Amino acid sequence: MSSLTKRDISVGMVLLQLRTVIALVLLTAVFTVLVQSSRGINFLHPLNLITISKHVAITGIMAIGMTFVIITGGIDLSVGSIVGLVGMIAGGLIHEGLVLNIFGITIYFHVWVIILICLVLGVLMGGVNGLLITRLNVAPFIGTLGMMYIARGFANIRSGGATFPNLQGKAELGNQGFPILGAGKIIGIPLSIWLMILLLLVTLYVSRKTPLGRHIYAIGGNKRAAELSGVQVKSITTIVYMFSGFCSALVGLIIASQLVAAHPATGESYEMNAIAAAVLGGTSLAGGIGTVGGTIIGAFVIGVLSDGLVMLGVSEFWQNVIKGLVILAAVILDQTQQSMNARSTEAKDKKSQKESAA
Amino acid sequence: MDDSVILRAENIRKVYPGTVALKGVDFNVYKGKVNVLVGENGAGKSTLMKILSGVETPTSGRFFLGEEELNHLTPKSAAEKGIGIIYQELNLFPNMSVAENIFTNREIMKNPGWIDHKTQEEKTKVLLKRLEQDIDPKEMVRNLKVGQQQVVEIAKALAEDVNILIMDEPTSALSKAEVDVLFKIIDELKTAGVSIIYISHRLEELIQIGDYITVLRDGSLITEKPMEEVNLQWIVSSMVGGDSGKIFHSGDRNIGEILLEVKNLGLRGATEEPLLKDVSFSVRKGEVLGIYGLLGAGRSETLETIMGLHEDAAGEILLDGEPLGPPHIRTRIRKGIALVPEDRQREGLVQTMSVSHNLTLAGLWRIVKKKFHINRENESGSVEKMFKGMSIKASTPFVSITSLSGGNQQKVVFGKSLLTNPKVLLLDEPTRGVDVGAKGEIFNIMNDLARDGLAIVLVTSELKEIMAICDRVIILSKGNVTGEFDKDSMTEEALVNASAVGHMTTSQRMKGRVS
Ligand SMILES: Nc1ncnc2c1ncn2[C@@H]1O[C@H](COP(=O)(O)OP(=O)(O)OP(=O)(O)O)[C@@H](O)[C@H]1O
Ligand SMILES: [Mg+2]
Repeated sequence: MSSLTKRDISVGMVLLQLRTVIALVLLTAVFTVLVQSSRGINFLHPLNLITISKHVAITGIMAIGMTFVIITGGIDLSVGSIVGLVGMIAGGLIHEGLVLNIFGITIYFHVWVIILICLVLGVLMGGVNGLLITRLNVAPFIGTLGMMYIARGFANIRSGGATFPNLQGKAELGNQGFPILGAGKIIGIPLSIWLMILLLLVTLYVSRKTPLGRHIYAIGGNKRAAELSGVQVKSITTIVYMFSGFCSALVGLIIASQLVAAHPATGESYEMNAIAAAVLGGTSLAGGIGTVGGTIIGAFVIGVLSDGLVMLGVSEFWQNVIKGLVILAAVILDQTQQSMNARSTEAKDKKSQKESAA
Repeated sequence: MDDSVILRAENIRKVYPGTVALKGVDFNVYKGKVNVLVGENGAGKSTLMKILSGVETPTSGRFFLGEEELNHLTPKSAAEKGIGIIYQELNLFPNMSVAENIFTNREIMKNPGWIDHKTQEEKTKVLLKRLEQDIDPKEMVRNLKVGQQQVVEIAKALAEDVNILIMDEPTSALSKAEVDVLFKIIDELKTAGVSIIYISHRLEELIQIGDYITVLRDGSLITEKPMEEVNLQWIVSSMVGGDSGKIFHSGDRNIGEILLEVKNLGLRGATEEPLLKDVSFSVRKGEVLGIYGLLGAGRSETLETIMGLHEDAAGEILLDGEPLGPPHIRTRIRKGIALVPEDRQREGLVQTMSVSHNLTLAGLWRIVKKKFHINRENESGSVEKMFKGMSIKASTPFVSITSLSGGNQQKVVFGKSLLTNPKVLLLDEPTRGVDVGAKGEIFNIMNDLARDGLAIVLVTSELKEIMAICDRVIILSKGNVTGEFDKDSMTEEALVNASAVGHMTTSQRMKGRVS
């Protein structure tokens, strides 16, 4: 009946659909040339790529959690503060231990226990976000904004604004080994990158192949229809915020471990990087649309951009301007995609009409 | 045929990615007449209307208003030229009041910059009175049922000063009494010289109201004729092309023991008057129970309560003699209750997902392996079964649900509920916007399901459907059961009269007509 099939889609369309990948390739190419010519450094050197990926992992892991939140039609502004607070809790537990005044004793935990405590803390804070949003009907923007201030406040309260330095731990206390998370490597690749890859694979599976994933998309697309189809809207939304809290806590641990220190201001404005990565990767803020794969590519775009600009010696102020422009360009391109799509099929149809007439 | 053509479309072609919706269609709109447009689901009716009202641009083709050629039509310029449209998929703002919706974009201003809400509400009241509906102008549209929203859409179109009024399935959720009111208004509009384009799948309505009929099939024009020259048989056969499709066969069904029992349902709404006062009934295995009533009778609320949507509902619901337990939709679905909701856009479909994912959404738990892995073969198997069984028209199951025509979207909603393997099927206007052929198929499916021992509760505003398939029918009015009829005592008149009990305005109207 209709002569138009999927294969007829023009080259232009394919380019548009892969726009984030293409942006990434272009950026990398541009920086390779510029960095080589102005600094004489090989941008594509494996060591440099690993450094960039290490930075990307920080944004990427948070952005994976953020992607699911945005797919449900929400937003999580508290992730940066959770990063900061978790770092401080970990730092405090290693540095000072848990002081129980009533008994006059101090408990020093094993590093694994500390990591576990921190991850649970992240999940709990996400859970509070979820409960605020689903049970008390607070708008996601407001609920997580509140959590953002609260978590940041506690991060400062924990140390009175000071930094916990030297988190190597002490042999006599049995709490050594924390820096491994940040400095450890498997086949020359830092653990944080492996963690991002692992998280990506797991979430790819969950989002494509499990009812949970399907339900998350359904909630964002049409909450009421999802509910009437038996989707547990409230619990699943809460789980999604818990997962975002988990990702942030993981990032908080990684950063504290990399720096071997915890500072209460760590992670400030990271939520914006996570949101930007998700949006660059094609996640729609209206909910229902997005993929974690796209988000990771988006995180790489941001990572390559920032590191490339730093290597070129562009001032921090200009870096921000350029980042903003790239994000805007990507989103505007997204808007044009639909009308381009329609126009290309119409043009095609006109051509085939003419051919059949001739 | 000496009527003058006011709007003329020539050789309109419209291509969407993957489908050619219109293949060079000519269409004439006669001045001061009701121009009826029919065709199967996906024939291209709505697409043509969207082009005439400036929502979509045609790929090629031209159209003329009188002698003037219309180029680059936008919704705004179409409105300026006096072309108004009531969309098939309701297009109101749920977060605004009825009055605000009616005056969107044409707000009545008090001093510059201030909306005169009072005047707007008064005018709205007058409009709704004309439509014989007591909807509060201040009510939020989100609280209205589909039929009431349709009334508001009609009121909105009436508030505009139009020369040409397009009505794309305006009555699909309206009962007979409400349709009669609309037809009276259409007559008034005609007298005032307004030309009307009318689309509906209720063919009797078309014959009653139409002056000219145009038939579309698969994006092509089949014929255009004055209505006097055609009959129902002709319409059906020219729509489907030759063989007149599957005709509904009402087979013998064995009616078994009671499966679903509903006792003293009560439900309070936002207003003082409860939505449901005291509703009790039971349905047996293999039985099709119809529920008929007017807008606001509580039909949808009854089904929603059984499904578990209303946590604060009173009363008792028994399935197989066992209480259903707390209102929890997921558990009830798994116990075998399924609902086809009335409002497919708001309650039935997830617009961001594909046809296939929409179909399997409610029944995913049945096709997963080890409780979490979605098995691709099982999923595409189920999807394929529904595509065949419901004859859904889509290029592939992976296209976005929004690219389907209205009737095909409705079939997806129906298919979704079947894939949960229900014991009790609650159907709220399941054939809304579905063409005759597919309607017959849906009825056959219902019939087969009932024969397999399902209990079916059917809410429909079409009397014909009730008469055709229901073994028994109860009438709701203002939240009470006001009548029960079995196959022998079921007559259209009896149903209409029972549905009017308690509706003062409506019953007065009915009396007025009889005398
Ligand atoms: N946005 C879109 N993208 C792709 N295809 C579309 C889009 N809108 C409509 N179509 C296709 O165009 C065809 C005509 O659709 P249209 O909505 O005009 O049908 P219709 O005659 O109004 O049917 P119904 O009686 O079911 O409302 C269908 O095959 C439909 O799938
Ligand atoms: Mg239509």
